[in-house]
Amino acid sequence: MPYPVEQNEKFAAYAHPERLVSTEWLAAAIESGAAANGDLVVVESDEDVLLYEIGHIPGAVKIDWHTDLNDEVTRDYVDGAAFAQLAASKGISRDSTVVIYGDKSNWWAAYALWVFTLFGHQDVRLLDGGRDKWLAEGRELTKDKPAPAPGNYPVVERDDAPIRAFKEDVLAHLGTGPLIDVRSPEEYTGQRTHMPAYPEEGALRGGHIPTAASVPWARAANADGTYKSREELEAIYLGEAGLSAGDDVVAYCRIGERSSHTWFALKYLLGFESVRNYDGSWTEWGNAVRVPIVKGAERGSFPVAVGV
Amino acid sequence: MTTQALPSALAEIVDDFQALSEPERLQLLLEFSEGLPELPERLTDHPELLEQVVECQSPLFLTIETEKNDGGRPAAVRLFFKAPAEAPTTRGFAGVLHEGLDGLSPEEILSVPDDMPELLGLTRAITPLRMRGMTAMLGRIKRKVAAASGVRA
Repeated sequence: MPYPVEQNEKFAAYAHPERLVSTEWLAAAIESGAAANGDLVVVESDEDVLLYEIGHIPGAVKIDWHTDLNDEVTRDYVDGAAFAQLAASKGISRDSTVVIYGDKSNWWAAYALWVFTLFGHQDVRLLDGGRDKWLAEGRELTKDKPAPAPGNYPVVERDDAPIRAFKEDVLAHLGTGPLIDVRSPEEYTGQRTHMPAYPEEGALRGGHIPTAASVPWARAANADGTYKSREELEAIYLGEAGLSAGDDVVAYCRIGERSSHTWFALKYLLGFESVRNYDGSWTEWGNAVRVPIVKGAERGSFPVAVGV
Repeated sequence: MTTQALPSALAEIVDDFQALSEPERLQLLLEFSEGLPELPERLTDHPELLEQVVECQSPLFLTIETEKNDGGRPAAVRLFFKAPAEAPTTRGFAGVLHEGLDGLSPEEILSVPDDMPELLGLTRAITPLRMRGMTAMLGRIKRKVAAASGVRA
């Protein structure tokens, strides 16, 4: 049974208010015993594999993006059987309401939510502001790891096409629909081939996919890690980036985690029906042979002009 | 490469990790993060004396000091690290290097193979990026030790 949706003025303005919960709401839900009795499954998903262990929201289980959601061998996500096993082991059933939160303004939480969505999990929500906001508000943390009763999760095959773009999809998308590049301006222009603090996760070529608008992921977030209001998001994505209602949008970054954060904003907060996350992102595109690249601050055009 | 080539304290840590299952290894790394000593006051008051290792995914600052013996040659290298509590993996790596290398001679530290972090058996549980962060930490320590002691790395 889906757990009741939070009602508040900020969320009500979003296209899908049911996809977010606030820290106040989650604290009250936990207080009422919703996590303990299995109505609500709270999931922490962090970049730092040990962060959950030093203290987490009471009753929360941990899902690690690297060891739990990524296939160990192929650069891909786990299959339906592995996902069913993972979910069940965390006390998640197919009809469970799942609330995900994490570090770094929910990068990995949004990524985990996106992977849940690849498997068609219906009711999965994000904690607005994530772990940092919960901590900043001095809310309760525990080191106690719950031992949930196994959930009942069927083997569901992933349905990638609606929300995931592969390199071939992006090539076909060029010139037909907008792209949003959520990396830093230095990565976008090609001045850098890696994130400032991530020098080893680079690419052989710098720049961006032709026609992509540069909207660094953090533009969507307030200083406390919560999403900006609908009005502010519209000014950024519809105004500055030039998206129009009904557009088929592809977002990308470096490995697909920051663009999951933007994917969430476009899909659920602004209500774009068709938004795909290109998880291959720059670590694929910037290393691929003979794909078109634009350097500099201009978006560029497609087809790319030859000889200039 | 075998652990026999490592200084004894570090070799012991590597043996401890290798004797454990993967979840236990992460637990041990967590214990190292909790055991990382606080900075002495003279350094907390002077953050500019510490250098940031930008390869780490969380803020990590470190510095070294060499204690001279009577002959004037550096006898022991002391290591100092600073990393936020909210960065347990980075702190854990720093804790391993502190316990394994603090107080050793420059020659002993410089003899540690650059790919020592791979020996901890964490490469499946921890992303390659984070493992590179630890390798970068070790590399930075070795470069600083080499510069301070005049011994070639």
